[in-house]
Parts: sequence; structure tokens; C-alpha cells
Amino acid sequence: MDLNFSDQERAFQSEVQTFLAENLPDDIAAKVRLGDGLTKDMMDLWHSILNAKGWLATTWPKAFGGPGWTPVQKHIFEEECCRAYAPRIVPFGLNMLGPVLQKFGTAEQQESILPRILSGEDWWCQGYSEPGAGSDLASLKTRAIREGDAYIINGQKTWTTLGQHANKIFCLVRTSSEGKPQEGISFVLVDLDTPGIEMRPIRLIEGGHEVNEVFFTDVRVPVSNLVGEENKGWTIAKFLLSHERTGIAGVGFSMQALEEVKVLAHTIRRGAKRLIDDPLFAARLAKVEIDLEAMKITNLRMLFQAQKQGAPGPETSMLKIKGTVINQELRDLARRALGPLAAPFPGHVTDGNILFGPADTAFNAARYFNNRKTSIFGGSNEIQRNILTKTMLEL
Amino acid sequence: MDFNLTEDRRMVLDTLSRYLKDQYPVEHRIKVAYDAPFHDPSKWSELAELGLFSALAKESVGGFGGTGFDIAVIFEALGKALNCEPVLPLVMASRLLGSAGLDQQALLEGGHSYAVAISEPDAPYELTDISCTATSDHRLNGRKSTIYGGQTAQTFLVAAKAGSTVNLYQVDANDAEVISYGLIDGGGAAEVLLDDTQAELIVENAAHALSDAMNAGIVALCAEAVGLMTVSYEMTADYLRQRKQFGRPIGSFQALQHRAVDMLTEIEQARSITIKAAAELDGKQASRYASMAKNLIGRASRLVAEEAIQLHGGIAMTWEYPVSHFAKRLIMLDHQLGDADHHLSKVMDDLASV
Repeated sequence: MDLNFSDQERAFQSEVQTFLAENLPDDIAAKVRLGDGLTKDMMDLWHSILNAKGWLATTWPKAFGGPGWTPVQKHIFEEECCRAYAPRIVPFGLNMLGPVLQKFGTAEQQESILPRILSGEDWWCQGYSEPGAGSDLASLKTRAIREGDAYIINGQKTWTTLGQHANKIFCLVRTSSEGKPQEGISFVLVDLDTPGIEMRPIRLIEGGHEVNEVFFTDVRVPVSNLVGEENKGWTIAKFLLSHERTGIAGVGFSMQALEEVKVLAHTIRRGAKRLIDDPLFAARLAKVEIDLEAMKITNLRMLFQAQKQGAPGPETSMLKIKGTVINQELRDLARRALGPLAAPFPGHVTDGNILFGPADTAFNAARYFNNRKTSIFGGSNEIQRNILTKTMLEL
Repeated sequence: MDFNLTEDRRMVLDTLSRYLKDQYPVEHRIKVAYDAPFHDPSKWSELAELGLFSALAKESVGGFGGTGFDIAVIFEALGKALNCEPVLPLVMASRLLGSAGLDQQALLEGGHSYAVAISEPDAPYELTDISCTATSDHRLNGRKSTIYGGQTAQTFLVAAKAGSTVNLYQVDANDAEVISYGLIDGGGAAEVLLDDTQAELIVENAAHALSDAMNAGIVALCAEAVGLMTVSYEMTADYLRQRKQFGRPIGSFQALQHRAVDMLTEIEQARSITIKAAAELDGKQASRYASMAKNLIGRASRLVAEEAIQLHGGIAMTWEYPVSHFAKRLIMLDHQLGDADHHLSKVMDDLASV
């Protein structure tokens, strides 16, 4: 057993570190660190910087313009990005639709769509969940009825992340009500400029806007926008969800949060003492650090397994559950550490960092509330437990 | 033994609950709580006219209630309505003005509002940690931080150190620099910057008076949390019954059922410790039971808030669905008058001193 990266991997790691030090714009890293939302321009800029280096589509094989990395390289890249406070890559086109088209798309779809994802000409968003189809995604009701060479789509999608920036959406739609619910679903690409589409913002618990509802009324989409076969969309959906699960432990983000909380605990004072001198707070922090240390190894063990087997197994559900719980615990500590200083509404804190507490803390309570989403989205932690129950318990 | 409310308290509770339900629904609260002045001044006047504030003050200071049970009953109702009116500082101010022997008719009639300025950036919870100082001619220096209700206060009751003793001073809001802002869970607060600010000394050696006011505030917050948790649970249970996935109500899944009843058990425990703290409020061990209550409430509130969100799923992450606002208030309540760890350490100190 050897817990160290190979020489080659270490060389790659320092290459990534150098690249980030030289190319990640300071103002973007500062905003990521603060936990404030990035503008579309900032996200586009970061994507274009990575694309110029050939490091944007980390999950794509070389043939399609990806770097052709091993899972370990991908892991190193993600961890270094977190350490440097680089923005998360917006995953919908790059990590979701890209791999789907590479596996299920026609040559024409691959040629016309993939380059536009890399260049940033197209911003894709996801039309999966519906008000009545969340955990039970297969019960989705948005209908696509075939009329000549077009589908006519009617229905509603929700939780469409960053849809406000998108010009395209990939959707799961019902093309048949025969058989099991899973058997009548198709995967369709839709241009958001098509008449009959309305996108409405959803305001989140902390006041921010990242998700949307999308309404479809008699939206006419060419049949050539179907990906894979009609009524076989569920296979694609499952494939895509397994891609959504890579990096799901969010170890890098938790390492960021741990460092932030450590700094806070050493900076914040409770009278004559530092917060870290309070044994109760120190115990909370030490416990979660222990959990994270174990999680890092669990993550690497599963990564190693995936590298050998070629695909992540159901154990990744454990990464999702434990990874989100650790991250949420750290966000709880970051809020808790501030005491009453965490209370101001971030939007009201104009002179925030100087007036209300240590630097970079204006969004700590907001981030705690916003991060409650992580145990709900991408297959809730309850659904992950169901997956584990079904595959591991052998009842 | 009798855990029923007295007739008088029942009447106060009924009147208040009816008023809040009819005149101050949660939708209205969510609207006013996030825009300056972060509460509804016309509703504040109406609450005063209902006699609510007098019910929170002792007879000795011109009220007709003011015991731990009066405070608890009223604040549970306020919690159920997700109140954002600055009633908490009123309860604390009433106790402090009582200790100072000052007239408080204007306070109880809702005509003059006070905020209690104890916490500081480096002394959020512990009175003896404060560093705000007073000169011998009562000029104050320092910064008071996150003063709840400070955005509307005309007078601040300020704890400051004169030498090694903590005294209580009265400061006209116009004489200090007051920076008002809204809170992430609704309602408002202020930073109070004191720079050689002229004050009036109202209680010398005020440690006891301040801890009495803080204990009353803790009982109020705990009862508010019980109200908030009760509604959060009810909304969650309703959702478990109504929301269908996989062709059946999600409440039919045992994994969720058990978590819902765990919430309920914690809420009952929270209610019980609040009753205990209320009963002891004017006794010798008030601080000990207040600390026990605030610790348990801190733990239970977090569990209930987080589980209410998780059991709902995405819908509870939205601004539009009220559970999110109840959850925010439940979590942020732990940041007022000492968090769960602060009060746990108090109970630990007690254990060590026996």
C-alpha cells in the first residue's frame, strides 16, 4: 500500500498549481472565496482560460477535445482548483451533455454541438426535475407529441440551475405512456429561443437566484434534436446521473471550508481568549477534521477502484452522503464561529467585511443555508441510501 | 401539579393568537421583515393596544404579568406566527428599567422603544468579556454589536465597564452613531458606536440586573423556538401526508416516518426545558436553568430546522415556501443571548463547582 501519488502524478500536480497561480484572475478567486455568486462574464472568462489550455472538458476523451486524463489526474486537477479558489466548472454542457452526446449522439450532433460547448457559444441547462417528479424522476409528465418532423412539447421543468444564463436546455420528456414509466422517456435538445418557452426565477432560502422554473407551451422542436432512440431516454438519464456523481464527495470544497473555519477560530475572540481555545468549539472542529481526513482516503480508494474498473460503482452513494454531511457541518461551524456577527442579511452589508467581522465572512450564514441543498440535489441523500440498500444489503 | 394555563394567561394567549392569525399572517411578516425598518410599526402599535406589552411586565412596574410563564406563553404564540417585531428587547428593557426603578409606562404603551446593548464583536455572549468603557462623568466608548431591535430604538440600555464593575447606562439614540440593517432571518438590528457619548447611569453594579434581563430574554427565545418548531413540524408532517412520489405519500416510507417522530420528541423535550426555565426565572437558580434551556433549544432547533428542510426536499429551499423562513429563524436564534456551546459551558462550570 502506498498513499502517495506517483512521480508523474506529482509532476502533473505542480503543473496544475503553476497554471492556476499564473492564470486564475484574482478578482474571481476572491469572489469564490467570499461565497458570493459569480457573474456570467466571470464564469465565461474562466471557462475560456481553461479552454485555451485544453483543460476545460476534463471528462472528455482526447478525440473530442478533452485532455484525456485518468481519474486520478482529474481528481488532482479538481483538488488544486479548490485549493486556489477557482470557480466550479459549470457542469451542464461540459460534464453532463458532452459525455451523453459522445456516447449516444449522432456524428452530426457531436460535430455541431460539442465545439460550441467548449467555445462557450452555447450555455446548456438541465430540464430534468418537475414539480411532481423529484426523487421519483421517472414519473415526469412533460409531454412531447410527434407531429411530422417535430415534437410538440408541453409541461414544466424546475430547479433548472443557472438557466438564466443559458441559451439551450436538454430535457427528459414523455414520448409514451405505455409500459413502465421509465420506458416512455426521451432525451431531447431544445433551443431556449423557441417560441412557447418561459423561464421564471426561483428565489432561494438565503435570497439568491440560481435556479429557475421553465414552462413549455406548444414548443415545436425538430425530431433531429432527439438524442439516442425515442423512449430510451431513461438509459441516458442514468448514464448522466452517474457522471453527475464523479467528484460528488466535494472533498476539495470541504478542505477549503476547513481552512476557513480554522482561520476564523484563530481570529475570532471571545473576550480574552481565541475561539479555538474554547474546548467545545475545538472539539466540533476536530471531529469534522477527522471525518474529512477519512473521507479523503475513502474518496481515493473509490477513485482507485473506478480507475481499475472503468466506472464508479454504487459505493459512490456513500461519498455523496458523507461528503455532503461533512461539508454542511463545516458550513455550520463557519456560521457558528461568527456568533451574532453572522446575523446581518448579506445584501444589507455594504461595508461588510470591515464592519461586521473578519474578512470574507459576510456570506457565512447565507452559505450555510444555501448549502442545505447539497443533501437534496443530484439524488437526495435518502435516494442514495435507497441505492445502497438495493445494491449492497442483499435482502 | 397542573400544566394547564391559568384563565388569565389563556385569555391573553387567545387574544394574541387570534390577532396574529387575522392581522399578521406569515405572508405579511415575510414581506415586512426584510425591508427597513424590518418590522411593521402599525402592527407594533396594535400589539401595544392589545395590552401585550403590559402582559410581559410585572405588576411592580405597572404591568399585569411578566413572570416566566407569561413570557413563555406569549413568545410561543409569537414564534408560531414567525414574529419579527422587537418584542424581545422590550421584555429585557422592562426588567432593566424595573431594576433601575425608572418609569416604564411609555415602553409598555408602545410609545417609546428601547434596545438592550450588551454584546460586542469580541464579547458576543459573555457579560464579563465586554470592553466598552464608561468614564466617571458617564461618557461611553466602544462598539455594541448586533443589537436586536436597535434599528427602531429611541433609547439604548448599554452595559459598560467603569473600572472593574459593569454598570448600566441609558443612551439617547440621537447621541450615538447607529448603523441599522436587516437580518438574514428577518427583523432588524444595529451597530451602536459610542465615541465619548454622553450617557446616564441608571444601575450601578448591574451584573445581577443584566443577567436577570438576559435570563428573561432566554426564556422568551426558547419559547419562541418552541412555537417555530411546532409549526415547522406541522408543515413537515402535512407535506409527508400530501406529497406523493413513487405512487404513494412520501410519509408512508418508514425512513421518513422515524425522522418525523424524532423531531416531535425533540420538540417535546424543548417544550419541557422551556417550562422549567420559565418556572425558575425569578428564583435563585434562574441562570442555571436558562442555560440548560438555551443549550437544549439550540440543539433541538438545529435538528428541527434541518430535518424540516430535508424531509420537504427542494421546495423548502425556496423563499416562497414559509418553512425556509421558520428554519432560518430557528437557526439564527442560536446566535442570540448565547449559543448552545456557550450555555453548555455554563452548565459544565456548575458541574465542576459542586
